[in-house]
Amino acid sequence: MQEVFLETKHIAGTERDEGDALNQQLNTGTSLVGRYVIQEVIGVGGMGSVYRARDLHFPNVVKLVAVKEMIIQSPDPLVRKTIVQNFEREANILATLSHPAIPRIYDYFTNENRSYLVLEFVNGKDLETIINEQQGFMPEEQVLRWAIELCDVLGYLHNHKPEPIIFRDMKPSNVMINTSGSVILVDFGIAKPFQSGQKGTMIGTEGYSPPEQYRGEATPQADIYSLGATLHHLLTKRDPRIEPPFSFSERPPTKINPAISSEFETVINTALEYNPEDRFESIDAMKEALLKAGQRTGMLNRLPASATGMQSGALKPLWIFECEDEIRGTPLVYDGLVFTGSYDHNVYAVNASTGELVWKYPTEGGIVTRPATFDGNIFITSEDQRLHVVSARSGKIVWSYYANSRIRSSPRISDGHVFFGSDDNRLHAVNINSGRAAWIFETAAPVRSTPFVSNEAVFVGCESGEFYSIDFRGELKWRFKAKLAITSSPIEVERVIYFNSLDASLYALESKNGWVIWRFRMGKGSIVSPSVTENLIFTGSADGFIYGVDTRSGKELWRFRTEHQVSGSPVIYKDAIYCGAADGYLYCLEYTSGRMRWKFQTKGPITSAPSAFDDVIYVGSSDNTLYALLA
Amino acid sequence: MKSFWQKIFGRVSPKDEPERANVTTAPLTELDLKSIQPKTLAIEPPQLIVGCGQSVGKQRDHNEDSIFAFTTTVGGGAQSQALGLYIVADGMGGHQYGEIASEVAVRSMASHLLRKFHPYLAHPSESFDEPIQDVMREAMNEAQRAVMKAAPGSGTTLTAALILGDHLTIAHVGDSRAYSIHLDGRVDTLTRDHSLVKRLEELGQISADEAATHPQRNVLYRALGQGEILEPDVYTAPFPQSGFLVLCSDGLWGLVTEREIFRMIVEAPTLHHACQELISTANAAGGPDNISVIIVQSVG
Repeated sequence: MQEVFLETKHIAGTERDEGDALNQQLNTGTSLVGRYVIQEVIGVGGMGSVYRARDLHFPNVVKLVAVKEMIIQSPDPLVRKTIVQNFEREANILATLSHPAIPRIYDYFTNENRSYLVLEFVNGKDLETIINEQQGFMPEEQVLRWAIELCDVLGYLHNHKPEPIIFRDMKPSNVMINTSGSVILVDFGIAKPFQSGQKGTMIGTEGYSPPEQYRGEATPQADIYSLGATLHHLLTKRDPRIEPPFSFSERPPTKINPAISSEFETVINTALEYNPEDRFESIDAMKEALLKAGQRTGMLNRLPASATGMQSGALKPLWIFECEDEIRGTPLVYDGLVFTGSYDHNVYAVNASTGELVWKYPTEGGIVTRPATFDGNIFITSEDQRLHVVSARSGKIVWSYYANSRIRSSPRISDGHVFFGSDDNRLHAVNINSGRAAWIFETAAPVRSTPFVSNEAVFVGCESGEFYSIDFRGELKWRFKAKLAITSSPIEVERVIYFNSLDASLYALESKNGWVIWRFRMGKGSIVSPSVTENLIFTGSADGFIYGVDTRSGKELWRFRTEHQVSGSPVIYKDAIYCGAADGYLYCLEYTSGRMRWKFQTKGPITSAPSAFDDVIYVGSSDNTLYALLA
Repeated sequence: MKSFWQKIFGRVSPKDEPERANVTTAPLTELDLKSIQPKTLAIEPPQLIVGCGQSVGKQRDHNEDSIFAFTTTVGGGAQSQALGLYIVADGMGGHQYGEIASEVAVRSMASHLLRKFHPYLAHPSESFDEPIQDVMREAMNEAQRAVMKAAPGSGTTLTAALILGDHLTIAHVGDSRAYSIHLDGRVDTLTRDHSLVKRLEELGQISADEAATHPQRNVLYRALGQGEILEPDVYTAPFPQSGFLVLCSDGLWGLVTEREIFRMIVEAPTLHHACQELISTANAAGGPDNISVIIVQSVG
């Protein structure tokens, strides 16, 4: 079992009693490696300080980073060398982590007797500060949602391959709540391993650590215990550091705060069992128990207005761009431009940061599809029966290709070809270099679904309910038939292909042979194109719900009710999904719980998927407008 | 390579990449990666190889475990892919009813599934459009009815794994187990024990020490043949490519640790040797219960 120490001290804290480190603090304005300019001390750890700094590699914007310092005190060259090597090994492991609740590591370097880590700067408050500022008890459902998010990120660490990572120091001050209300495990302290082995050094934080951690054991069950202790503290406001160790069983949460549900309390008590084997088997099991508690008490179905009231500005678009008719297709972000087709026949290229028109290109039919890009060109299909290829920079036509009927399927570019379907009952595979059809596959009905290409297979659905897997020579590999049309665009993840049908089902098929693994039934038909992350798939249906479904069992994890049909497709960005509905709203939902973070109203139904890029969500609506919103 | 990274490190959002390209970090080198990449056997067509073993144990006079293994390929030619069905059941009940329960459950589950798949075996171009998970649930229910008829009052665990192409669908009730074993040392337990004591433990009602001596430690809260409504755990996961699937009864996992199971399987020259080794180890540890094990490997 690999141990990476994610220790941290107060980010926003006042704890500045470590004399040595304090005396050696860098001054404001100090520049490190000519790149990071120190702005202020935001925390003090056992072996150095944490600073907020500005990264000068981005001269036109203020990019802030957190710089964590480790001062190597030992004069012995061998010890120093080992310390630096350990530091770099750990930094390498941390560099491979990618999770929305873990700050990214950008850089590390050693300068004489100081080593530095450069991390994503997290703007927000730590949970300890939040507990202290809260008047009365923290709302239970708020704590439950944080608990589920913490299980997610701990699960990510525990399931890290090839070795699990044990966090070892879960406590309120190590959890930040950022401005969008999500949890972040802050500041990957690598100082701890240098201290361990010294006499009397305790690993973890007293009060939050399980009994076995004092014997030097670090297992997933230790993190489960500390998470339980953190939740106990959040719900009861009783700081475990000032109570006798391991005395949680003497003060069950409901005894202090009787408003807490027995369901949630049971989960916390299990996590806090004295013996590790009495706790949950895994953090995933704990998360499941939390979800169950949330479902049983109805807490996960309620929609609080906001997590911590820190969603300011989210509802005001950065800019809007108006077309002359509805936008029914998904925008494409490429090279600083946003490309969108409109039913007014035009393709627009708009500056992604200002929303100003750069060029427009007229086709002769309505556009309901999403553009694609390859090699500096934009590919777009139109109801004028053509695939248009135009230069992304100038908007000048490069070449075009004719189908025999309207095209309402978006182009998919892969392996030197463009794939798209048409109402002429065909799937076209067009060679990008020659602009000619490499092959054409005849289907039973119009193809409005966008093909998906993977492992030398093309997957596409059609309006009579057939679904095809076609090889790269245009030969059928297998066929599947749903009861009604498949307008939804398929997606393949880990050799399973997912799509919706108007027969009110979300299907999961083995992509090699087309066998149905499971079918998830919704209230009404769906033309939504699902999206997938980790073990979750998101979709929506004309029954008005947006769904989160487990990809392994096909079981519903949550559903969210909109005010009208859902015909827009969800897009995943960081820890949220963004999905439009016919009620005109774009919804931002936390993807693990389905909790709404915000919604944004447009003046017409949203029938496309948004695009997310660089913390901005671009979405078109049938109110003729393209919106740019902060994620 | 890209999919490998995505597999082990989860979703890589396209936004992350350009930012990473701008900064100087030191990620794992190609060499580091090579050392953790699994080795693969290249055999055509892709196929499953299987080892099975059973023992009555040292302290029982009859065997209440039943196993089933069916291995084939479907599709033919370039489309050829592996199909396999593997079942372990551990019966319980007075007299010979435990024996009957597990045997009837295994046979009726297997025959239901093979009947379902038979048309596809003969005409692989036809698409099999019933959800596999639904078919597995149906087969479980059929097995339940058969057990209640043949041996009323008895019960059995049942852990079935259907392998098709790259995927593995598990249907499970009771406390037999399925493990996914990877060459890099990971041993994932694919099933959750439906035992009362385990549940009490999960709920924090009793401690592990109490569990070990609990008078009801052999009591399952979910088993085939008990009660009208059966709620098996059913789910699909990727087959451990270049690793192993292990199904076994508690006569094995109760006595041989996951570490040992991993080591014996990886070190044994063949899967049959591995089964032998596992069973002798369980017997050497006292062999208090019947022992059953099936090991499946995918090659090609």
